[in-house]
Amino acid sequence: MSNPNHGPDAYLREEMLPEMPPPARETGMVKWLHENLFSGPVNAGLTVLGLLIVWFLFDHFYPWFAHSVWNASSLPECRKIIAETWGEGAGGACFAVIRERWNQYIYGFYPPGLYWRPTLVFGLLFVALAPILFSISRNIRRIVLMTAAIATLLSLVALNTPSIWLGVAVAIFAVALLVAERHQMWLLGFSAFYPLLGVWLIWGGSFWWIIMILAGMGFGWLAFIIAGRLSPLLAGSSAIVVTLLVWVFLSGDAAKDAENLYSLAITRVDSEAIGGFLLAITIGVAGITMSLPLGIVLALARRSDMFLVSSLAVIFIEFIRGVPLITLLFVAQLLLNYFLPPGTSFDIVLRVIIMVTLFAAAYMAEVIRGGLAALPAGQYEAADALGLDYWKAQRLIVLPQALKISIPGIVSTFIGMFKDTTLVAFVGLYEPLKNISDAVRANIEWKGIYWEPFIFVGAIFFIICFSMSRYSMYLERRLQRDNR
Amino acid sequence: MSQTPMRDVDPDQMTVSDEIAIEIIRMNKWFGSFHVLRDIDLAVHRGERIVIAGPSGSGKSTLIRCINRLEEHQNGRIVVDGIELTSDIKNIDKVRSEVGMVFQHFNLFPHLTVLENCTLAPIWVRRTPRRQAEDVAMHFLEKVRIPEQAGKYPGQLSGGQQQRVAIARSLCMQPRIMLFDEPTSALDPEMIKEVLDTMIELAEDGMTMLCVTHEMGFAQAVANRVIFMDQGQIVEQNNPHDFFNNPRSERTRLFLSQILGH
Ligand SMILES: Nc1ncnc2c1ncn2[C@@H]1O[C@H](COP(=O)(O)OP(=O)(O)OP(=O)(O)O)[C@@H](O)[C@H]1O
Ligand SMILES: [Mg+2]
Repeated sequence: MSNPNHGPDAYLREEMLPEMPPPARETGMVKWLHENLFSGPVNAGLTVLGLLIVWFLFDHFYPWFAHSVWNASSLPECRKIIAETWGEGAGGACFAVIRERWNQYIYGFYPPGLYWRPTLVFGLLFVALAPILFSISRNIRRIVLMTAAIATLLSLVALNTPSIWLGVAVAIFAVALLVAERHQMWLLGFSAFYPLLGVWLIWGGSFWWIIMILAGMGFGWLAFIIAGRLSPLLAGSSAIVVTLLVWVFLSGDAAKDAENLYSLAITRVDSEAIGGFLLAITIGVAGITMSLPLGIVLALARRSDMFLVSSLAVIFIEFIRGVPLITLLFVAQLLLNYFLPPGTSFDIVLRVIIMVTLFAAAYMAEVIRGGLAALPAGQYEAADALGLDYWKAQRLIVLPQALKISIPGIVSTFIGMFKDTTLVAFVGLYEPLKNISDAVRANIEWKGIYWEPFIFVGAIFFIICFSMSRYSMYLERRLQRDNR
Repeated sequence: MSQTPMRDVDPDQMTVSDEIAIEIIRMNKWFGSFHVLRDIDLAVHRGERIVIAGPSGSGKSTLIRCINRLEEHQNGRIVVDGIELTSDIKNIDKVRSEVGMVFQHFNLFPHLTVLENCTLAPIWVRRTPRRQAEDVAMHFLEKVRIPEQAGKYPGQLSGGQQQRVAIARSLCMQPRIMLFDEPTSALDPEMIKEVLDTMIELAEDGMTMLCVTHEMGFAQAVANRVIFMDQGQIVEQNNPHDFFNNPRSERTRLFLSQILGH
């Protein structure tokens, strides 16, 4: 190949060199070990020290786990079995307490004949969440719904669910699986109805209450349409006013009358009976779903141009964050009743949920505010320049990006809040970690058992929190890929 | 940077009407106590192409951002398409949907595809049915010559492509006036040409354009008026030929010698 621009002795590579394999030190196991564990004397020393610590822990705890007993009816019996098998003085775990009392850890003092109700509610949670959490991938949605359906139906059969309800459960799951294939957005209708259904199934009572609550919203919607004809500003407020009026003045009596005419009631269960993970998950799920929207509103309010709005948001957030959650829970337990009209009794679990929600929402607001601040000003300007109004710009441009940035913080807040549900122990509710364990130990058979319940409860908390963390990583990766 | 080659311009199509598109009367603006815009008087006819030049910090961006109220002016009047800009939100939204803006840093929405970027405002502001909005969007994406990128995200495009998407996004609202704030300043030289060509095409279609730019080649070829700003004031305005060949003020001469490099 001759090159007119260069003289005869100019250098020109005529052939490309082939690729060569890297030296052995630079690949595989050897490279990894060298780089990560033994790259220098300090590093090598730390590696050895780490291994020693791991060995020490393993050596200490392994026998305890290895000697564990799952079949016994009391702690003394456990000890006897361990002594007989492993010799006098050998230590061992007595997980038999979990086998015997798992139901209290899961359901608290819920009537055993009705265990199927919260179980069904938990199973349906996945149907309600599917179109929200797993909207991106049909495959994952299918897997989640399938697993939830099979696990729930098997549990329902094992828990002697009445056949009508078994039928209902089968029907809901079947429809959900079908709908999720093509029209997953329709499932959002179920998600909206789910909280009412869940509350009714867990606490029981008359279904007419649910119908009347829905009727109130229906009237509110009517008011929205009618008032909207007159002025769009009036529409929202009149919808809220009408809904509240119907709830306060009509729903109660109407539900009672309807119940007398035709009963749609299932057995009522008191809040005191609700405990264990049923309680923790109820508070957690309710708090999570309500604190996110509230946190968004607070974050937007705090950044608002309107002085009154932003100062109210700042006061609320700083006050709630400045006070320990326990204080708020005590307020929920003792003080809230003073502010309510005499004669109204306000369910303790509901009060606790409200406080936990407010607490989490304050943290959520700050996390989301961080996301909002991270958004370049150009995004706001472009939205403005296109003529989008404030709410549309927030909803379509700002929040999708700000929330995506905030995912790790949001999920951390969720996880922290879910673990904080154990603090309701201080207002006498039977959360799994302390009060249920105390209740179990109060029996003569299990007096003195200590570590095993903690390990069991801790493991379940870990599984739930770890799943949330994995989900957030999945979501981040997913959104990342879309925007590359 | 002023010598980017561009395609030839067909001046016959670029007609200017007598109708006034933008009228700015004795407008003043302060940032805190800093007086950025001083007694600006400017009338823009429909179909006019105006290039605004001036040293950094002279208030060029601020001036065109006042026209769609990204910045608020404190006194004087700004009338766009017969609508006066006041604090009335309704008027502001109306003006903004009639006036398109292209930014130096594109400001595309990174979480939406190119097509979604283009259909967002028509769907949510103009309430155009999605199908129709997508047809319009594809039409303008073809006009800026990147219809094949419609399904991609902005992050996957080159700077020049992103700026052309940004132009298409503005055009989808079918604005009567387009504002450009240094649309090519963030681009590599070889991408500047594709964006300038797109802008020339727009000019040939009779769009009213206000363009802050340092591309003097573009000004010479397309503009029918060049405005020179310094320290928040309009120092000089003239047709491009006279503006470049015999500038009247000393400051303009200095600026031109710096920017044209002689
Ligand atoms: N939001 C703001 N707050 C305070 N001062 C500002 C603000 N925006 C701009 N300024 C100041 O106003 C003056 C004019 O700014 P402007 O951005 O309009 O200049 P410009 O002519 O566009 O300059 P450039 O060529 O660098 O873009 C500058 O001195 C700038 O520092
Ligand atoms: Mg500028």
